[in-house]
Amino acid sequence: MMRFLLLFSRQGKLRLQKWFTPMAEREKKKIIRDMTTMVLARQPRSCNFLHWKDLKVIYKRYASLYFCLAVDNQENELLALEVIHRYVELLDKYFGNVCELDIIFNFEKAYFILDEFLMGGEIQETSKQMVNRSIEASDMLQETMEEYMSKPAF
Amino acid sequence: MSDVVEKTLTALPSLLSLDSQPGSAKLSSTSKLGNLVRGITELTSKHEEEKLIQRELASIKEQVSSPNTSMRQMKELMVRAIYCEMLGYEASFSYIHAIKLAQQGTALEKRVGYLAVSLFLNESHELLLLLVNTVLKDLQSTNLIEVCMALTVVSQMFPKDMIPAILPLVEEKLNHQKEIIRRKAVLALYKFYLIAPNQVQHIHNKFRKALCDKDPGVMTASLHIYLQMIQENPEGYKDLTASFVTILKQVVGGKLPMDFNYHSVPAPWLQIQLLRILSALGKNDQSTSEIMYDVLDESLRRAEMNHNITYAILYECVKCIYTIHPKSDLLEKAAKCIGNFVLSPKINLKYLGLKALTYVVQQDPKLALQHQMTIIECLDHPDLIIKRETLELLFRITNAQNVTVIVEKMLDFLRVSTDDYTTIDLVGKVAELAEKYAPDNEWFIETMNTVFSVGGDMMQPDIPNSFLKLLSEGFDSVEEDRKLRLFAVDSYVSLLQGEPGKLPQRFLQVISWVLGEYSHLRAELQPSTVMRLLSKLLDTKNTSSETKTWVLMTMTKLCEGAAGVSVAQEVSEAYSSSLDTVLRQRAQELQHLSQDSELRARVVPRDAGLEPLEVDSSLSFLDGFVSEALAAGAAPYKPPHQRQEELAQAKALSLEPYGLSLPISISSCSIADRQSPTLLSMSSGLSGDSTDLSHKGGSTTLKLDGVKRVWGKEGYLAQREPVEETAQVEVPSPFRSPSQQAEADSSHSQTPTPVPTPEPTQERQQLASSLFVGLSSQSSVCLMGKSESAPQRFKRKAKSPSSSSGASEQISNSLVSAPSTVDNLLCDNLLDANISSELAVSSPTQTSRLSQSLTTANGTCDVELTNTKGSNPSLIRDISVAVAADSTPHEDPDKPKDLCLSSHLPAELSGFSHSEITPLCSNQSLDLSACHVQQKDSLVLVVFIYNSSYSDIQQILLELDSDDLEVSGVCGSPVQEVGSQSVAVCQYSLSVKRPSVHVEVGGMVSYQLPVGTPQSAQFSYRLPLTSFIRPLTLSTEEYGTMWLAFSHDTKQNLTLINAGHESLAATLNVLKKKLQLHIVEIIGLEGIVACRLLQDQPCLMHCRVHAGTLAVWLRSPVPDLPDCLMYYCQRALQEH
Repeated sequence: MMRFLLLFSRQGKLRLQKWFTPMAEREKKKIIRDMTTMVLARQPRSCNFLHWKDLKVIYKRYASLYFCLAVDNQENELLALEVIHRYVELLDKYFGNVCELDIIFNFEKAYFILDEFLMGGEIQETSKQMVNRSIEASDMLQETMEEYMSKPAF
Repeated sequence: MSDVVEKTLTALPSLLSLDSQPGSAKLSSTSKLGNLVRGITELTSKHEEEKLIQRELASIKEQVSSPNTSMRQMKELMVRAIYCEMLGYEASFSYIHAIKLAQQGTALEKRVGYLAVSLFLNESHELLLLLVNTVLKDLQSTNLIEVCMALTVVSQMFPKDMIPAILPLVEEKLNHQKEIIRRKAVLALYKFYLIAPNQVQHIHNKFRKALCDKDPGVMTASLHIYLQMIQENPEGYKDLTASFVTILKQVVGGKLPMDFNYHSVPAPWLQIQLLRILSALGKNDQSTSEIMYDVLDESLRRAEMNHNITYAILYECVKCIYTIHPKSDLLEKAAKCIGNFVLSPKINLKYLGLKALTYVVQQDPKLALQHQMTIIECLDHPDLIIKRETLELLFRITNAQNVTVIVEKMLDFLRVSTDDYTTIDLVGKVAELAEKYAPDNEWFIETMNTVFSVGGDMMQPDIPNSFLKLLSEGFDSVEEDRKLRLFAVDSYVSLLQGEPGKLPQRFLQVISWVLGEYSHLRAELQPSTVMRLLSKLLDTKNTSSETKTWVLMTMTKLCEGAAGVSVAQEVSEAYSSSLDTVLRQRAQELQHLSQDSELRARVVPRDAGLEPLEVDSSLSFLDGFVSEALAAGAAPYKPPHQRQEELAQAKALSLEPYGLSLPISISSCSIADRQSPTLLSMSSGLSGDSTDLSHKGGSTTLKLDGVKRVWGKEGYLAQREPVEETAQVEVPSPFRSPSQQAEADSSHSQTPTPVPTPEPTQERQQLASSLFVGLSSQSSVCLMGKSESAPQRFKRKAKSPSSSSGASEQISNSLVSAPSTVDNLLCDNLLDANISSELAVSSPTQTSRLSQSLTTANGTCDVELTNTKGSNPSLIRDISVAVAADSTPHEDPDKPKDLCLSSHLPAELSGFSHSEITPLCSNQSLDLSACHVQQKDSLVLVVFIYNSSYSDIQQILLELDSDDLEVSGVCGSPVQEVGSQSVAVCQYSLSVKRPSVHVEVGGMVSYQLPVGTPQSAQFSYRLPLTSFIRPLTLSTEEYGTMWLAFSHDTKQNLTLINAGHESLAATLNVLKKKLQLHIVEIIGLEGIVACRLLQDQPCLMHCRVHAGTLAVWLRSPVPDLPDCLMYYCQRALQEH
């Protein structure tokens, strides 16, 4: 089971955080600090896995952004790596050639995509089409609502 | 940073251009976030950022609280608030508005509201209660998107005790026509299953429906629940194996829609989930495993593409193949696969390869041999993570010959590691290896010295404990003991002469204890010299007061002769006025004892620490003092939690419904009994500052929960505590001898056969041969049948066998050929590849359990215990096979037997009602049945042993054990023999240790027929918690005071039995009848009920009729008891 997912920049700035198990605020802050220092300190050509307490941390860098996913000890590390990759693919498909800025300025969208992909710490939907379809469905709804709302009432 | 800004500007032309368009609220708001982000990136210092954010927050705060802000603006404000929180600034003022947004917004606004809530609030946040209603409403919405959002947030965070409120609605969604809703509902239920398994017990068959869903997504989601349930109870789901295999076959064969493919691999997540389920099902089960061989083979074959995801599947496949009942050609393929991992140039794959090797190496040590050069490369890898994983592997293959090299490597790693968690883990492992395989005294003590100094004060406390235990108990040879202790003393004295200030506190404590006990062994060492060395420690600033206490105790043991006494006097004077009371007490003791050498000899006799002390845990010798004090007007003792609660009650407003019912009950009381003096105490109790509780309970004894035992009949105990603990933990270990033998063999069968590799350096070759010595498979030839035994160091002294050891001896005998292999596995001794792979039939549990217990770094005792348990399944299988073959002649109807068994019920129990007599287990010669008898204050388990053979059975030994229950024998002497065709009866009294809905007693019977080998059989007996529940007769006043004192509670609405205005009474009567509760009083629409769990664990119930349901509130001092009782109340009312 996945425990948390963090996205942070090369400068250690947090871009997205998702906690799948309840955690106290202080604990979260400590984890974010630990993760950024640990991951940023990794040498190139090291493996993408880390140990943190009794959890496995799997991280991967995409351009200027680090994706960092913590899973239970008995989980499969390679699979977790692919979870990250699939998430990036989904972002890419939604934003079209995604970059860090898309995630900064539309972070709520990134959260929504994540919510359609993972739920309660497990993979919810592995089919790419499905995830995007449900995101688009809600986007469409929103847009029609907004159009409707913003039309001047004659 | 500047290029980021540039990018920002270029990436947002659309936003910026749209921003200028007036009237578009959405876009201008987005650019407000844009402005904020841009503003932050332009800043140079943290301080400026802080100022900017504070300004931003202030403006957000102002806007959210303004009544004119529309929901749409609110959405935008929330996004900004989330951003600020993400940067680490608190925006708690916005939490309530987030909830409001989720409640009132339209679809997307709602969504942002839910998102904000899930990011801001934590599962225990009180505002979350406000969300329950919104979720309820959205779950019932006709808008699919709203339903989706509600389900998402429910699985993200939902207060546990609110689950019943929404459960029916979520359940309903399992039948929804849209697959996305069904899928989310399944996952939400999975989440509920994880946090509150009891709540979803009743919908298990609905999960089956989800598993058969026509949509693959819903089916995949249901597998999460199945994996969880199967791991908990594989037996219950064996029938599904074929279905899982079929699904996997279809997935592997590419029968799923294309869009489930990931990098042209069909549904890899689904495949892996299925593989995990299969390995849980096939573990230790040959027939189930056979069903899956084909599909595993196919999975291996199909996963050939060179991509991470196929490797992930392969890894899972390999794990599965090594977990289930082995099949040789599959194992071969899996081994080849591991080779691909290990030899891969990709570092991630190498890591997984090491992990896989670690997993399989106990069953197949040859694999480690094959890859020894790679392992050595990894050991020198610059990446610490790889190194760490390699050490884990080496730890698994350690034996008496390679221990020094491996431990050396581990200690090297420890010296550079900075991670506390890794340090604690590794230190435990080193200590374990050292204890198990130490080649000589010097090495052992030195290794432990390093362990103590590196591990510092973080390490598990059981490491120093078991080390001291080892020293104090000694081994078989007295001479060896003496040498070891002497060496320890020497090494510690020289450490103290160096720079003791740098040593960790735990180490100093160990040192001072050892010096106190054994420094007299070194004749030329004057006690006063040791005392001077120790007193230096007292003067060091860093020494903690706990360590100082240890030092003072040591001095008490050592203060002999004029020089010693003078040091003692000096020290005790310095500390007899210390502010630390413990320290002061020790100083006083030291002072007095150093002056009175006769008394000292009696209090701290030399070499007399091994007899277990009897501790009077009830402190009965203080009873006189207590009653005197009570008579003199002292307040009775109250445990701290109670005091605290009362304090809290006194301070805070009481929001509990009791406050409401108070006036009614008081008035009704005062009408009934105007003069009642208890009335006052009741009302004061309810207002929260009562001081008279303990005598209400009806007992005058002290409550001892959480009180440390410091005094025994003979006085102060603390010095002896370690020893006493030792005596309790000690487990006799008859199991050791075969392993000892195995090790002895390995030591003289040195046939290291390093596999030649192209151009390994000489150094590496050497390292390889020293690391992998003893692993070669040839040594197995001489394993069986050899009986010479080289002394194994640090083998625990075998104590006189108690009853339990007798039993385990019998098991090991009856296993005829297995014990040596079991031990072989157990001791990590990988000598014999052949046998271990044969044994793999039944050993995976053992190995995996073993690996767990090894990693937890417990002492050897633990491992042995695991072994005893682990070896049972294979026994049982033998026996059950025998039963199956033999069952026909035994098929005589159960009923008559039952009748005749009940006539064997002991006379003293016949007056009480007993449960149905259920068979426990049976084989050719023995039939075991049991029932339980409910007495007023106890529950007796009666086991009937019926000898169905025509010869007497001897040496019957019945052992019961339970996690949840306390089991104690009732009869004086246990049954030894049962004559042919007759019945023997054993009685056990049971009491609850830890309540759960069903409690279970496991047991084992072992016996000996006149001819043939000893036999044994295992059984378990399950009984509901209700059999332990008895009515508790209380007065309303007593109830009132007790209610406040209890800390564990649960609330739920139950169905009310409809009987006009008598419905409350009718409902309570049903509960009374079915669950043996005592109805204390019914006042109007409220009722109070009490019961207890056998003698002394009360549980109180408060019911109120509210809106056609019965609001029940249970409270008890015992954790989990309210939950279990709630379950039974619910059942009782449903059945009615």
